[in-house]
Amino acid sequence: MTEHSTERPHDTAAAPMGAPRLGRQGLVHVALLTLTLLAPLVAHLLGEAYYVNLATRIVLVAMAGVGLNLALGHGGMISFGHAAYFGVGGYVAGISAYHAFDGSLLMGLPGSDDMLVIWAVALLACGLLALAIGAVSLRTSGVYFIMITLAFAQMVYYFANSWPSYGGQDGLPIYLRNGLPLIDSQDPLSFFLVCFALLLAAMAITARLMGSRFGAALTMARLNETRLATAGISPYPIRLTAFVISAMITGLAGALYADLNGFVSPAMLSWHFSGELMVIVILGGVGRLFGPLAGAIVYVLMETLLGGLTEYWLFFLGLVLLGVVLFARQGVIGWLAGGTPHG
Amino acid sequence: MSATLLIEQLINGLQLGTMLFLMASGLTLVFGVMGLINLAHGSFYMVGAYVTALTTASTGSFLLGLAAGSLAAAAAGAVVELLVIRRLYHRSHLDQVLATFALILIFSEGTRWLFGSSPLWLSPPEWLAGSVALPGGARYPVYRLMIIAVGVLIAAGLYLLISRTRLGMRIRAGESDREMIGALGIDIRRLYTLVFALGAALAGLAGSLVGALQSVQVGMGEPVLILAFVVIVIGGIGSIKGALLGAILVGVVDTLGRIFLPALFGLFMSPSEAAGVGTALAAMLIYILMAVILAFKPQGLFAAHD
Amino acid sequence: MNKLTRAGLGLLMTTAVATVQAEEVRIGMITTLSGGGSHLGVDVRDGFMLAIDQAARDDIEVLIQDDARRPDLAKTLSNEFMQRDEVDIMTGIIWSNLAMAVVPSVVRQGTFYLSPNAGPSALAGRLCHENYFNVAYQNDNLHGAMGAYMREQGFERPLLMAPNYPAGTDALAGFKHLYEGEVDGGEVVDELYTQLGQTDYAAEIAQIRASEADSLFFFLPGGMGISFMKQWQNSGVEMPVFGAAFSFDEIIIQAVGQAAIGAMNTSEWAYDLDNAANRAFVEAFRAAHERTPTLYAAQGYDTARLILSALDEAHPDDQDAFREALRAADFASVRGDFRFGPNQHPIQDIYVREVVEGTDGKPTNRLVGLAIEDIQDVYAEQCRM
Repeated sequence: MTEHSTERPHDTAAAPMGAPRLGRQGLVHVALLTLTLLAPLVAHLLGEAYYVNLATRIVLVAMAGVGLNLALGHGGMISFGHAAYFGVGGYVAGISAYHAFDGSLLMGLPGSDDMLVIWAVALLACGLLALAIGAVSLRTSGVYFIMITLAFAQMVYYFANSWPSYGGQDGLPIYLRNGLPLIDSQDPLSFFLVCFALLLAAMAITARLMGSRFGAALTMARLNETRLATAGISPYPIRLTAFVISAMITGLAGALYADLNGFVSPAMLSWHFSGELMVIVILGGVGRLFGPLAGAIVYVLMETLLGGLTEYWLFFLGLVLLGVVLFARQGVIGWLAGGTPHG
Repeated sequence: MSATLLIEQLINGLQLGTMLFLMASGLTLVFGVMGLINLAHGSFYMVGAYVTALTTASTGSFLLGLAAGSLAAAAAGAVVELLVIRRLYHRSHLDQVLATFALILIFSEGTRWLFGSSPLWLSPPEWLAGSVALPGGARYPVYRLMIIAVGVLIAAGLYLLISRTRLGMRIRAGESDREMIGALGIDIRRLYTLVFALGAALAGLAGSLVGALQSVQVGMGEPVLILAFVVIVIGGIGSIKGALLGAILVGVVDTLGRIFLPALFGLFMSPSEAAGVGTALAAMLIYILMAVILAFKPQGLFAAHD
Repeated sequence: MNKLTRAGLGLLMTTAVATVQAEEVRIGMITTLSGGGSHLGVDVRDGFMLAIDQAARDDIEVLIQDDARRPDLAKTLSNEFMQRDEVDIMTGIIWSNLAMAVVPSVVRQGTFYLSPNAGPSALAGRLCHENYFNVAYQNDNLHGAMGAYMREQGFERPLLMAPNYPAGTDALAGFKHLYEGEVDGGEVVDELYTQLGQTDYAAEIAQIRASEADSLFFFLPGGMGISFMKQWQNSGVEMPVFGAAFSFDEIIIQAVGQAAIGAMNTSEWAYDLDNAANRAFVEAFRAAHERTPTLYAAQGYDTARLILSALDEAHPDDQDAFREALRAADFASVRGDFRFGPNQHPIQDIYVREVVEGTDGKPTNRLVGLAIEDIQDVYAEQCRM
């Protein structure tokens, strides 16, 4: 595994990649980032706030996918419950803003409408939740792991659904987007740039992690557990750590997503969203650093364009997805850039 | 809390349990024999209910509708197996999850396209309407008793099928050693299609039976599917016996929890607060049950194999 | 740049540029046209568009979007309407939870919102706003009216049932507000809360059977009510059933069938309510859609007629004048008298209807009488505008 040093797109740590077609893959990565950054800038200049927000949505869905990709793609842990972290992150933003809005306390603590505080709490909450869920779930493997992560996510979903204090099924509106020091978070473009920077950070962290000895151990745990064990390393703590980090990234995306929509509801926690997130990772290319971004672009644009043409767009998404799973395993990035996934 | 109420609620739990068993037995068979995880099982439940509703509406015969619903679900199962599922047996669980997730989208949106979003309404036939007296004085709907009876019959039938017939022998062989049945010269492809269609038919039957009680609409299979997954995880994936016990356990715990938890909290809270806390906990109860069982038995109560 | 990304960017640009220039008045309607309970949205839309078509004005454009009853989708659609389409007026939302997600930020960004159905308590009280008008009711109106009616009719031990979500708890609170208190010996024996979207009511029916209640009041909107009534009929429990019109509109009782006969329900409107505007409306609606309108159609119709009456006075760009014109409510409502209270929610009469067998043998609602006169919601006093 080699750190790739040329054609480093912007200031992010680039993907560790399979050597032969590195030039083309790097080009695709640069193109993806440029596109993601330029489209909303153009939209902004044209005064189309809607398209800036659409780009922000792509970026946040991609960030959630980056989180899942760490567990699913790099770690081989097929989590069917990442919506739980996305939703919990969202609820942290919603609940905190709710208490800040009416000045009430939550277990003796005041709410906050400062995004920095919200992010920290969301990271902490999702980390702890994933630690608990992961500790139990990682005792199982295979189908049991898929099912148990799904069941835990359903547990959180039903809890949010029927707990009346924060709106239950109705969800919780955030009347005014939470604020940031020095930056006007209300402005669509500024908020986009914040989200974009955080997406880059999440991708950089993933790349660094996978380039380190930890990443090597995680890859080994996925490919050949026995060999890892003979090296004297227990896979359980490695996997658990990756699972927790993965959940934290997805949770942060959830907190930002709630602020983007000004609304958080149990829909963010539903198993459909867990499925969609998996679809995004697969569409882009499993275990590829830029896969989630490519997947999110394809998914959200499909939703917007196809959804504008027919209200049954999910039918066609189903067909596309089926085709990708059966015949095009490497996803968009693999198709555009070739090369092998999993660094 | 009177004894009659408790009995009535136990029967309600049993009725939910038998319905879950119809769903879970197919899921667990398909996993046990082919090693396939099938998210689209709820779609067969929906197909069964739709075909039953449409057939009953056009012919006026509920029994004919039930038969048509189960057959249509079986046919849908066979077609899906031939076109898609067959390519997934040697794939990873991830691919299986995604491909069958795609099937859910195709089935649900396709049904919405064909029949619209409004629910169809199906009623139990006249001869199953009304209620009968239970020992102890309460009355219970005939139709729900019929569902329990059908569930018991199916469970018995499955037991006989698997323990006494040739097909059952092959299924058991497939469960214990997937490579071996090929060596025995059994046409695996046909066996797999058959097992898959059988599972789909059971799901379709469950959907048809429940459709007459509730409503027939797009997405109706999904909540049941998730419950059925909990059932087979608790019971041990691949085990029919586990599916039966798990289904009854989940059915009873869910029903009793929904009633008694709010009542319990109502002893020291106002009704609306108690309902909030109680129903929130009740909704989570079976998942807590599952986590506890898996903490002690990571392979479920009656593990077949992973 | 490769082909795919270039195509994607190109599409983004063309759709961005293609946004049309504003017509004179643009109305955005977000309503539920698919999924459970879609007949409510369909009737609001059909009633609304009937009035718009009758007016035959070429300076009004109505954009209609389906929220599929999903709050997150409704929120996204409202952002599109405001940012991309720049609508002057929004309307259409059926469900209170969707209204809570959408309305507060819409009205605070300077767009008018007129509710043709949802009337959550917060929007009538704490979160009321000068740009928000409710043309239907505050949610409690119909429940409270039934509380008053049942007390007057001498039911002493009602049992109440509703889904466990804000509109459900509000409904029961509204009922109790006018049922309990002051004199009388009546007392609510129990309150059952169900899951939202629940389809099986066996457990609840067993509890009702085991209770000492002499009557049942329930609030289960949409498909939940249909499932419940069907299961109730086969349960063998004999008890008079009461509810608000939400569980007994013309479409629901058709689906429930014979099981609905005899149920009493409260509504601010009935198709056999005798006034000129209503006779004309029911006739026109039946001619256009070959079905009897529900109260939702009537509310959609009234909403559109209110907007039209205000547009005769001022353009929404002249916010103050348009708002004044809305407040005046100078239109002939199909409900008869109609006026706004200080929180811009209606003060109106509520009627009682009974489900009876119609001339074609199918169940239909028949007006019985007045349940309560000039009801006004209790949240108005919390509203500071």
